[in-house]
Amino acid sequence: MSASSENTGFRDTGSWAGPELVQALRERFGEGLRAQSEAFGEQEITIRREILPALARCLRDEHGFEMLLDLCGVDHLGQREERFEVVYHFYGLAANRRLRVCVPLSGDQPELPTLCGLWKAADWYEREAWDLYGIRFAGHPDPRRLLLYDAFVGHPLRKDYKMKARQPLIGPGSRHEEDASHV
Amino acid sequence: MEMSPLQHEMGLAEPFVTTKLDKVLGWGRKYSIFNYPFVTACCGMEYMSAACSRYDMDRFGAGLPRFSPRQSDVLLVVGTITHKMAPVLKQVYDQMCEPKWVVAFGACTISGGPYNNYAVLQGIDQIIPVDIYIPGCPPHPEIVMDGLIKLQAKIQHQKHEV
Ligand code: SF4
Repeated sequence: MSASSENTGFRDTGSWAGPELVQALRERFGEGLRAQSEAFGEQEITIRREILPALARCLRDEHGFEMLLDLCGVDHLGQREERFEVVYHFYGLAANRRLRVCVPLSGDQPELPTLCGLWKAADWYEREAWDLYGIRFAGHPDPRRLLLYDAFVGHPLRKDYKMKARQPLIGPGSRHEEDASHV
Repeated sequence: MEMSPLQHEMGLAEPFVTTKLDKVLGWGRKYSIFNYPFVTACCGMEYMSAACSRYDMDRFGAGLPRFSPRQSDVLLVVGTITHKMAPVLKQVYDQMCEPKWVVAFGACTISGGPYNNYAVLQGIDQIIPVDIYIPGCPPHPEIVMDGLIKLQAKIQHQKHEV
């Protein structure tokens, strides 16, 4: 238990992986690890997209990160050269520790390999990231939108999505429905 | 010959019997509103307040909400309607029997309200016809009463199919 959790009475929510784990990963993946940073005691690594499946498997099988806590997209339009980023949070139950992994993606058609084979939890997270950011996950078993509907045009959390854009109406009597009935 | 509003009012514009029947039907229908509360968001709290004993919509004959569209004649759309919810609202409206009226309750149903974004329908009048708009975010129960009285006036003065 850390000192702060004793003071505030909050439940101990675990610690973050230490620099030694990052060191071990660096030895294993070398250049694949692009950067490492630490803020407020939270370890974060930035990796090349090519090593993601191998790194994820290594974290799960060798370092005890059994859980994929979170997966989300980020759009750095106009701020970074590589526009998109996918952020993974991993959690090790036995050691009660976390690690954040960032994967920058460039281009207008960003794509990553799916992690559905390693964690079932990746399924809906990846569909959500596809739905809202248009980030594709190659090999996903069911790559549909998660929150929005099929007739939706575009990906609304992208920073270049027009704020006043209007979407087609769906449902009985709408043009979309009539179009579909002709098909 | 042009009729004055007074002549209309006195029933001189049309045969005496039909206009009087219209009046009777209007009088009956305006005091026996069975509303269908289509409640989706925070405005529902004000609807509950307006419907409960302190403000008491029952004073206007609108005291009995029906939760089946087949049994109701006023569709109260209360709260944010998203694009994904819109087909459901349309279907509920289509299932209601004539005569029917629609009340847009709150800013969200009138224009999307505070949500000018990709997920929210910018006004339910894009999918169904609306009779009375009650503005506010959320509308105070007294404004709801005012809207209800305006709806009653509308029902009283319209032509009724028999
Ligand atoms: S109009 Fe305001 S109070 Fe009513 S549903 Fe919309 S946001 Fe909520």
